[in-house]
Amino acid sequence: MDALLLHRIHFGFTITFHYLFPQLTMGLALLMVAMKTVALKTGNQRYNEAARFWAKVFAINFLVGVVTGIPMEFQFGTNWSQFSRVTGGVIGQPLAMEGVFAFFLESAFLGLFLFGEKRLSPLGHWGSAVMVWLGSWISGFFIIVTNAWMQHPVAYRVLPDGTFELTSFWQFFMNPWAWLEYAHNMSGAVITGSLVVCAVGALYLLENKSVEHAKVFLRVGVIAGCISCIAQIFPTGDLQGRYMAKHQPAAVAGMEGLFKSQPGAPIVLMGQPNEEKQTIDNPLAANGVLSFLIYGNFAAEVQGLDRIPRENWPQPLPLLYYAYHIMAGLGTYFVLLMVVSAFLLWRGRLFTTRWVLWPLMLSFPLPYIANTAGWMTAEIGRQPWVVYGLMRTEQGYSKYVSAGNGLFTLLGFMGMYTVLSILFIVLVYRIIYNGPEIPAGGQAPQESALARA
Amino acid sequence: MGFIWFWLVAIMIVMYVLLDGFDLGVGILHPFIAKTEAERNISIRSIGPVWDGNEVWLLASGGTLYFAFPLLYASAFSGFYLALMVVLWLLIIRGASIELRSQIHIAVWRTFFDGMFCFSSALLAIFFGAALANVIRGVPLNADGYFFLPFWTDWLPGADPGILDWYTVLGGVIAFVALTLHGALYLAVKTEGDLQERARRIAQQAWIALMLLTAVSLPASIAVRKDTLDNYRAFPIAFAVPLIVVLALVGIIVFSRKGSDRKAFASSCVYLAVMLIGAAVGLYPRLLPSSNDPSMDITIEKALSSPHTLHVGLVWWCIGMLLALLYFTVVYRMFRGKVSASSEGYGH
Ligand code: HDD
Ligand code: HEM
Repeated sequence: MDALLLHRIHFGFTITFHYLFPQLTMGLALLMVAMKTVALKTGNQRYNEAARFWAKVFAINFLVGVVTGIPMEFQFGTNWSQFSRVTGGVIGQPLAMEGVFAFFLESAFLGLFLFGEKRLSPLGHWGSAVMVWLGSWISGFFIIVTNAWMQHPVAYRVLPDGTFELTSFWQFFMNPWAWLEYAHNMSGAVITGSLVVCAVGALYLLENKSVEHAKVFLRVGVIAGCISCIAQIFPTGDLQGRYMAKHQPAAVAGMEGLFKSQPGAPIVLMGQPNEEKQTIDNPLAANGVLSFLIYGNFAAEVQGLDRIPRENWPQPLPLLYYAYHIMAGLGTYFVLLMVVSAFLLWRGRLFTTRWVLWPLMLSFPLPYIANTAGWMTAEIGRQPWVVYGLMRTEQGYSKYVSAGNGLFTLLGFMGMYTVLSILFIVLVYRIIYNGPEIPAGGQAPQESALARA
Repeated sequence: MGFIWFWLVAIMIVMYVLLDGFDLGVGILHPFIAKTEAERNISIRSIGPVWDGNEVWLLASGGTLYFAFPLLYASAFSGFYLALMVVLWLLIIRGASIELRSQIHIAVWRTFFDGMFCFSSALLAIFFGAALANVIRGVPLNADGYFFLPFWTDWLPGADPGILDWYTVLGGVIAFVALTLHGALYLAVKTEGDLQERARRIAQQAWIALMLLTAVSLPASIAVRKDTLDNYRAFPIAFAVPLIVVLALVGIIVFSRKGSDRKAFASSCVYLAVMLIGAAVGLYPRLLPSSNDPSMDITIEKALSSPHTLHVGLVWWCIGMLLALLYFTVVYRMFRGKVSASSEGYGH
């Protein structure tokens, strides 16, 4: 295997694994704030107990997020040294700011939130939940700004030695791509949080266990889920697609499997891209819809891959195409599921409608898949560039780290993360199995050392 | 600008060593010093609420290094690739074992994670010491500013060294002893009774080793790098560094014998900080010296980011650090005092 490919897989694997956890952190943080807010406003203790239950899941999830996040911070240097050297003056900034502004905040207040409940006033405890939520969302923002600059570089200048210099701090943070990406991505995190909360609620109802808490879970989960699922497609997904069509035509053509530029371009709902023949096999397509989605006009011309030199095609093309279709397909399904659930909730029938509780319970893995597919779309769509239009990926990796050494550490991470996954599943299973009923007068057994002193 | 950022990064690294240093020390001692389950819980709980925040100093220093000196970040992180990856794995194991040990009440489960906690903390201390020694000794830099070090070559710090040779192993051993001592003093501050007594005794034993090793370290550094003392000769005021080191060492033992644990711990902080500052003084203005050709050294000037970045950075760095200090004060105040034995209360 050549070193470039290895470094790409190395980074892709570790970041994909990492992001499985922050998406729940960020989504759940918001839902816990919502639960605490209801409890504070109405005095309904069920909501406080619900928040306490989710805090236990949150603690373990956060831990895995932290330990898998640390390697990310260093991998820019270890595996992408040339990229770091050239762009460090620009993207080192948000990465350093993430540590200074987000991680300190989050790690400090998480301790207070998890185990300060008895010491702090209800308002103080609510405040610590808000701080944890802010910390995680600020952290997400800095990372997205970093990524957005790689997708759509702004506010930079190339110096004579080939490195990049930042020209305007504000312009850099006002990158329109960043705000679109942030909105879409955070909404995606809320979907993960909502569907996980809904799934446990539905499980308890189907099992006829902890029924009162289950209803709280479903109420909060379905409302947040319904809003975020719709926001995911419209306006955020839609806006991203249009903006991309303007700035990364090659990525859009690859995502849609559009080999030929044409007016009235069709949207392919299903079908397999055939790179050799440059067609879609077994297409199920709706003519003109793609043109409409991008330009608001069924007859507009959309650029296809034929306008793009072959060496600038995103690779691997089929993966890009499928990732995008999986994301969009799942997005459509989420809206259906959530709109039906929200309707039943409104009519007061959700808690007894078993044919909806079943899919609610089973759907929790899907937002993970959708979010991962979304990132694959973004990252593979950017290829062959690591900084779009400016630096090719093959110029970015660490030349002095041989493929053999890369493979060694990749295998190490794979082993490590397999063990972590197993531990994570076992521990979360126990929390769900034990349920939200807190034993009288004490903390539940699974407490986190993080907040014990 | 270069001068300022050199010292800002140095301060962040010092903060990391002072704070996470005692977490590592507690980890190294944990299985040996705590005899009963209750004592183990206390020892873990003494660092429980703070270790994660302490570790963030490492991330924040890494990030700051990246943006202030991109060339150094790129070169050092890829050059020390293997060692760094091992450090990352150890950090994963360390964090996971602190948090996971109390999740399931099975003796085997706890014993396993206690063992992993000790193992990873000990190796981390050694690796950090060895890393610093590598930077002092220098690495075989190429004309393009890169290098790649295998774990070891022939154990001699020559022109073509490995990550481990006798000098860097010595650095690792010093760090191991110093952080064990640091952790023992921290435990003495945070605990009472038998555990506290044992912590003091270990600290006093470790002190003897540390004193001897510190005495060896200076001639060893001079043997490996002839120019170690150049900056000291140019700025004689820097000779305050060894003086303070000696005073701090005396302070540790005197205060610990008297039972003034807080002052002993403070002396240990001074010791660690000044040792690191001493190394930084020796390096300045180099960031990563070359082991074969001084003209290849990575210097501040070569690695520094552009002025706009650094000016803006100074503003947000100051704001961010004020905020961080504020959080740390709040958290350390909330959890100040002795750790109690009951699992109910999580405070004093
Ligand atoms: C639950 C997750 C989820 C769902 C249902 C969707 N997305 Fe998405 N999508 C993401 C989660 C996501 C993401 C993981 O959050 C990404 C990766 C980068 C980003 O900004 O968001 C993403 C990226 C992403 C991109 C690439 C942006 C880039 O290159 O930076 C586009 C064009 C879309 N999405 C469009 C859509 C459309 C039209 C959807 C609806 C049918 C949709 N997404 C549903
Ligand atoms: C700030 C956020 C991110 C940055 C700066 C970033 C940066 C990078 C870099 C430098 C590479 C290697 C070069 C390349 O092959 O393109 C890469 C590849 C990759 N990243 Fe990201 N990434 C970010 C977020 C994510 C996230 C959240 C995911 C997934 C969940 C992800 C998935 C991938 C994948 C799958 C690859 C491999 C792509 C390929 O094989 O071509 N990235 N990214």
